[in-house]
Amino acid sequence: MEVRIALAQLAPHLGELDANLELVTARLAEATADGADIVVFPELALTGYLLQDLVPDVAIRADDPRLLGIGSATPDVMVAVGFVEETRTRRYCNSVALLRGGRLIGLHRKVYLPTYGLFDEGRFTRAGQQIRATEVGDPLHKVGLSVCEDFWHPFLPMLQVQDGALLLINVAAGPARAPGSAAGLAAIGGWHKMQETYALLGTVAIAFCNRVGNEEGLTFWGGSRLLGPDGSVLAEAPLYEEALVIGVLETDDLRMGRYNLPVVGDERLELVRREVDRIIADRAGIAPPVDQGSDGEDDAPAVPAAHEPEREVEPA
Amino acid sequence: MTARPAHIELPPLPVIDPGTTADLIVAFIRSQMAQTGFARLVVALSGGVDSATVAFLATRAVGAKNLLAVRLPYRTSSPDSETDALRVVQALGCRTGIVDITPMVDPLLALMGDADADALDDAAQVRRGNVMARQRMIVLYDKSVEFDGLVAGTSNKTEALLGYGTQYGDMAAALMPIGDLYKTQLRALAEHLGVPAEIVAKPPSADLWPGQTDEGELGRTYEDLDRTLFALVDRRWTVDRCVATGLDRDLVEWVAARVARMEYKRQMPPVAKISLRTPGIDHLYPRRRPGSRRTT
Repeated sequence: MEVRIALAQLAPHLGELDANLELVTARLAEATADGADIVVFPELALTGYLLQDLVPDVAIRADDPRLLGIGSATPDVMVAVGFVEETRTRRYCNSVALLRGGRLIGLHRKVYLPTYGLFDEGRFTRAGQQIRATEVGDPLHKVGLSVCEDFWHPFLPMLQVQDGALLLINVAAGPARAPGSAAGLAAIGGWHKMQETYALLGTVAIAFCNRVGNEEGLTFWGGSRLLGPDGSVLAEAPLYEEALVIGVLETDDLRMGRYNLPVVGDERLELVRREVDRIIADRAGIAPPVDQGSDGEDDAPAVPAAHEPEREVEPA
Repeated sequence: MTARPAHIELPPLPVIDPGTTADLIVAFIRSQMAQTGFARLVVALSGGVDSATVAFLATRAVGAKNLLAVRLPYRTSSPDSETDALRVVQALGCRTGIVDITPMVDPLLALMGDADADALDDAAQVRRGNVMARQRMIVLYDKSVEFDGLVAGTSNKTEALLGYGTQYGDMAAALMPIGDLYKTQLRALAEHLGVPAEIVAKPPSADLWPGQTDEGELGRTYEDLDRTLFALVDRRWTVDRCVATGLDRDLVEWVAARVARMEYKRQMPPVAKISLRTPGIDHLYPRRRPGSRRTT
């Protein structure tokens, strides 16, 4: 079965919610006219990126009619769109909504807010606290939503794969820098490697939609891509320019991909959990979980009875 | 001083892809125009490679008829500077104008007790250079109102990091198209853009007095400076690592000290924090934001 996925690579207007709602609505109409089943918009498509203290001015609730109205007239089309969310407890989050037929069917709040180098997100927005895959029904079963920097933390997409996602949607606002090499830009190489690796290791399709345009001194590089579950590129948008590209995902490729390379099904989550629990306890200097587990071998190397926990801050 | 072992390679010069860089800067300029509500640019054209490069980029971004290249000679300016500035104007077909700043500068210097212009100590020379740069700024900003354009700055990254420029003079601008490019990168970009070869090839000079060259005044070559700055700033190398990689310790220490000392030229002046919310400290907005676009 074919799923047509559109990547709407656009340049939002900074701080102008109404103008961006219009822009998104227009692009969505184009994409649905082209037969798209899923339309993906970039990170903060409704607000622009470098908001700083404009954050509360452009924040909306996840049940805001303006948000739910996006794509409400086309009940068979799923839309992923980035916005600033004001939560019920008045946290401001960099969120991506998954909408269908006027309903919010999925929501992800950016977990990893880059606050280093040219990024200052942690100053203006709060981090999400959940990493889930969203039920969307056949043929994709579940979709894993994430926002830009989230993808630089491989546990996140891999957890979503283990949670059942057959498609990962990453919405991004990646600024170009260091146009030093013949290949073009720093960061693009890293993005390509991780997308291809996650697709391969997760036998999962990936829709990456990165914005274009300029804000202050930043230029966003675009280059949105749709990847099949073997890491092959099914569609790719140009660098820097607004574009609407549609790629076709053949769901049979997901099925056979997971038969040929069954690594996702072979994952040992209980083992991962045990070791993660141990590392957390170790780092925090708290008592380790009672059952440390063993690998069941008589000649397993002896574990020291007690060892100094690794602390972030040494006591004075 | 021990000789550098032959197998050690100096830290690299920063490299750019000129095509990509030109595209990025042109997109940046266009977006600044759209976000501010201006269609035109004004640039001070000295005849040197930096302002020529900005003029070429500006022409790509807004078109020749929307660019005013202002020539601002002083009586001691090299005639070659004027020839080269006109080469740029001819190549681009942009608008141009000339204002001789001598009648602004000389009476001012005389008024301030600097009549003996030809026998100058270092401090007086710095003062003269600053006065000239600031008079040029006054003319340029006045022209920008007359022409209804934004002032495009011509400062580059080497100058900014070394503080080799005059505050509120040549450093004054509405936007800085080449502010993140080292001098040696600019040459590659200029060649790519088709800046006349004579301009790319000649020794860089602020042309504030006869025979002045940047490299003579700074006492280092741009290659050495850019290699050092790229290692210290972009790659965050320590002084010792730069030296171990073959750079001269005097050079590296001089550059590191100068970058630190000139921090004040790269930032807005500090504001004494009194209130709950202070511009620049915790009143933080993008410069181009809703409502900031001019309406005519």
